[in-house]
Amino acid sequence: MVKVTIDGIEIEIPKGTTVIQAAEQAGIEIPRYCYHPGLSIVGVCRICLVEIERMPKLQVACYTPATEGMVVHTNTEQVLEARQAVMEFLLVNHPLDCPVCDQAGECWLQNFYMQHALHDSRMFENKVKKSKALQIGPNVMLDSERCILCSRCVRFCDEISKSNELGIFNRGDRAELQPYPGTELDNDYSGNTIDICPVGALTDRDFRFRTRVWYLSETESICPGCSTGCNINVHHNDQRTYKAGGSRVSRLKPRYNPDVNEWWMCDAGRYGFTHVDADSRILAPTRSIGEEQEMSWGEAASEIMTKLREVISVHGKESVGVILSPQMTNEDLFVARRFFRDGLGLKHIDFEVAPLTTGAKDDFLIKADKNPNTAGARLLGVGARQGSGMTVAEMLEAARKRKLRALYICHHDLANGFAVDVVEEALTAQDLVVFQGPNTNSTSALAHYVLPAAAFVEKTGSFTNYAERVQMIHTAVTPLGESKADWQIFRSLAKEAAISVPYFEAEDVFQALTAEVEAFSGLPYAGLAGQGIALRDGQALPESETVVA
Amino acid sequence: MINVHDKHKPLTFIEKTYLPAIVSGVLLTSRHFFVNLTRHILRAFGVKLKNMAAVTIQYPEFLRPLFPRLRTMHRLTRREDGTPRCVACMMCETVCPAKCIYIIADEKLENPQIEKMPRSFDIDLGLCVFCGYCVEACPEDAIRMDTGILEISNYTRNGMILDLETMLSLEPMSSRYVQYDRGGEVVSADYIDERHRSDA
Ligand code: SF4
Ligand code: SF4
Ligand code: SF4
Ligand code: SF4
Repeated sequence: MVKVTIDGIEIEIPKGTTVIQAAEQAGIEIPRYCYHPGLSIVGVCRICLVEIERMPKLQVACYTPATEGMVVHTNTEQVLEARQAVMEFLLVNHPLDCPVCDQAGECWLQNFYMQHALHDSRMFENKVKKSKALQIGPNVMLDSERCILCSRCVRFCDEISKSNELGIFNRGDRAELQPYPGTELDNDYSGNTIDICPVGALTDRDFRFRTRVWYLSETESICPGCSTGCNINVHHNDQRTYKAGGSRVSRLKPRYNPDVNEWWMCDAGRYGFTHVDADSRILAPTRSIGEEQEMSWGEAASEIMTKLREVISVHGKESVGVILSPQMTNEDLFVARRFFRDGLGLKHIDFEVAPLTTGAKDDFLIKADKNPNTAGARLLGVGARQGSGMTVAEMLEAARKRKLRALYICHHDLANGFAVDVVEEALTAQDLVVFQGPNTNSTSALAHYVLPAAAFVEKTGSFTNYAERVQMIHTAVTPLGESKADWQIFRSLAKEAAISVPYFEAEDVFQALTAEVEAFSGLPYAGLAGQGIALRDGQALPESETVVA
Repeated sequence: MINVHDKHKPLTFIEKTYLPAIVSGVLLTSRHFFVNLTRHILRAFGVKLKNMAAVTIQYPEFLRPLFPRLRTMHRLTRREDGTPRCVACMMCETVCPAKCIYIIADEKLENPQIEKMPRSFDIDLGLCVFCGYCVEACPEDAIRMDTGILEISNYTRNGMILDLETMLSLEPMSSRYVQYDRGGEVVSADYIDERHRSDA
C-alpha cells in the first residue's frame, strides 16, 4: 500500500495503482478519453494531465503510477490551462456535426468542452477532410472526421474481442482510424466499440437517426439472450412515441457488473430486442377454435379453466402436460409451480426444449443456452429432470397417442426443438392447447387459446443466470395491448380454479419464493437490484448438473 | 405578483353605486376622442406629430402593417438544390414548449455529406404558442416564422397540422410589412396591404 495526496485528500491505495484510479477512489474526477478501465493504458489523448509536486512538467494521470508520498493537484491553473489547450487541439479538425451526430447529448467532446474548454476557435485553416458515414461492419458506422484517435476501439478489438480488425493509419493530422484493408468490423462484440468510443466516430447502424439520446429514459435490466445474463440498461423512448415507427425500446446498452459482463455485451443480445415491438406481438387473449376471436381476460380465464377441468375430470390429472419456459422469470415459474403443481396437482411439467441446432458459444460471454433462466427453473424444480413427470419430448409423443389431452405451452416455439410434423401431429390431437407468450409463432398458430404475455422489458422479476446469480429485470415500458406478466396470467387462472395466489406485486411473489424454495432462502429482495446476488458465491454449476428443489 | 386577494374585497357603498367607475370610464373615452380629434385636425393642417392619430382599419379588407420581426406561420427554408436545409437535428422539437413539432429523421441520400434530413416534419399549429423558440434554436436557419400568414384556421384539428411539403413551399412575406429607413422612419407610408389594395 502507498499513501498519496490528491487535492488535499489523503488516500491509501495498492501499489501499482495509477493516479487516475487513485483519484477515482478519492472521489475526484479527472477527464479522460483514451483511458478505459477495461482496456490497456496508452496515454494518447492527454486530457488527463495533472500536476505532481516535484515533477518538472504535467503528467498524464492515467499512465503515472501513484507512489508513496506523491502529492497531486488536479485543479491548478496550469492544469486547467493544459486541459483547455488539449481540448482546443482535439477540436482543430473536428467537424461541426453535432446536429447530425447521433452521439450528441452523450458526447465527451461536448461535455468536456462545456466543463473545461469554452474557448472560441482560433483556426482559420480549412479542416482536414476524411471519410464520413462509412459502414465498417454490419453494426457500426464510422465517421473518421469525428474520431479523436483515442484508440479505445483498436484496443478493444485487440484485447477483448481479439479479432484485430481496426488500426490507425497515416500520421499527423492525416491519421485515420480504419479497418484493415479487406476486413470489416464484424465480430460478436463489435457493438461495444460504439459504447466505448467517447465521441461520435463510431455510431450504431441500428440506432442511426432513430431518435435523439436526450429523449430516452433508462431502466436497469438483464439481457434475456443467453444464460450469462449480461447486465443491461434498456433505453426506451416514452416521450416521443412517433419516432422510429413507434418502437418503444430504442437500444440496449451494457451495464457494468464486475462479476458477470464487466462493461460488455454481445451483439446478438444487443440487437435481440426487436420482438418487443414486432408486429407478431399478441395483443389480446384470443380464441382460435374455428374463427379467431379476441376475448377479455375474464372470459378467457373462465373458458380455459372450464375446459381444463373437463379434461381433468374425464381423463385424470395425468392427461395434462404443462410446458413452461426458461424465458420466464423466477416469479413466473414459482407461481406456475404453485398453480399447476400444488394447486391443480398436475404431474407432467417441464420447461427444457433442446434446440435442434445448438446455439453458438464462446469462452467469453456467449453461452450455448439461449435462455436467461434455465438455472432458476431447475432450482425451482419445474422440470421433468427435477420431478417425475414427462419431458417435453415424451409429452409430445404421449399427446400424439392421445394419452395427453391438454397442453399448456408457455413462450416456446416447439418447432425449434422438434420436427414440424411431430409438433403438428401432437398438438392437433389435443382437446385443449393453450399458448401463452409475447409473440406468435408456429406453436401459437396451432393453439386453441392464445394468451398475451408481457415481454421482458414490460415486467419486473428476476432471472437466475448460469452461475446461479439472481438478477433483476425492471418494467421499462407498459405491457403492450392487454398483455400481462406470466405470473399474473397464472394468477387469473388460479382465481377461476379457486386456488389461492395471494400476490399483488412481483415482490410479494419473490418473498413467498424465498420462504418456500430452499435454494433461494434468505435472499433479500432489496439487494437484487443493481448487481444481483450469487446463490453460491458465484461458483458456476457444471452445465450437466441438475438440482432438485 | 398577482394580487388575487383584492378581487374578493367587499365593495364599499360608493363603489356599489358604480358611479365613480362610470364617470372614470366616460372621462377616459372622452379623452381618447378629443386627443384623436385634435391630432387628426392638426395633421390635416400639415403639422408633424410625434404620435400618430388612431385610425380604424377595415379588416379583413385592409390589413395593418406587419412588422418584420413579427412571428407568423412557419416555413422551412431550402438549399440551392431545393432540398430542405433542415438536418433533422431536433433542436426545435426539443425546445418547443408546446411539444407540437414532430420530426422523423431519415438518411439524406442526395448528399451523403449532409447525412441527415427529415422524412416527415409536422407542426401542429393548434398547439403552437408562437413563441419562436424553434427559430431561435435552429442551427441551420432552416425554420423561420416570416411568412406573414396570420389567418390560420381550419374546420378540423388535423387540418391545423403543417407538413413538410407545405412548409417548404411557403415564401417569406414581402409586401405585407412596412419598410423603415435608418432613422426608424416609415418609408412606405402606406398602411394597406398591397394584395388587398388592388381589389379594394
Ligand atoms: S462527436 Fe461529439 S462534438 Fe463531434 S459532432 Fe458528434 S456530438 Fe458533436
Ligand atoms: S473511433 Fe472512437 S474509439 Fe476509436 S479511436 Fe476514434 S475516437 Fe477513439
Ligand atoms: S413557435 Fe414555439 S410553440 Fe410554436 S412550434 Fe415553434 S417552438 Fe413550438
Ligand atoms: S432545429 Fe432546424 S435543422 Fe434542427 S430539426 Fe429543427 S428545423 Fe431542422
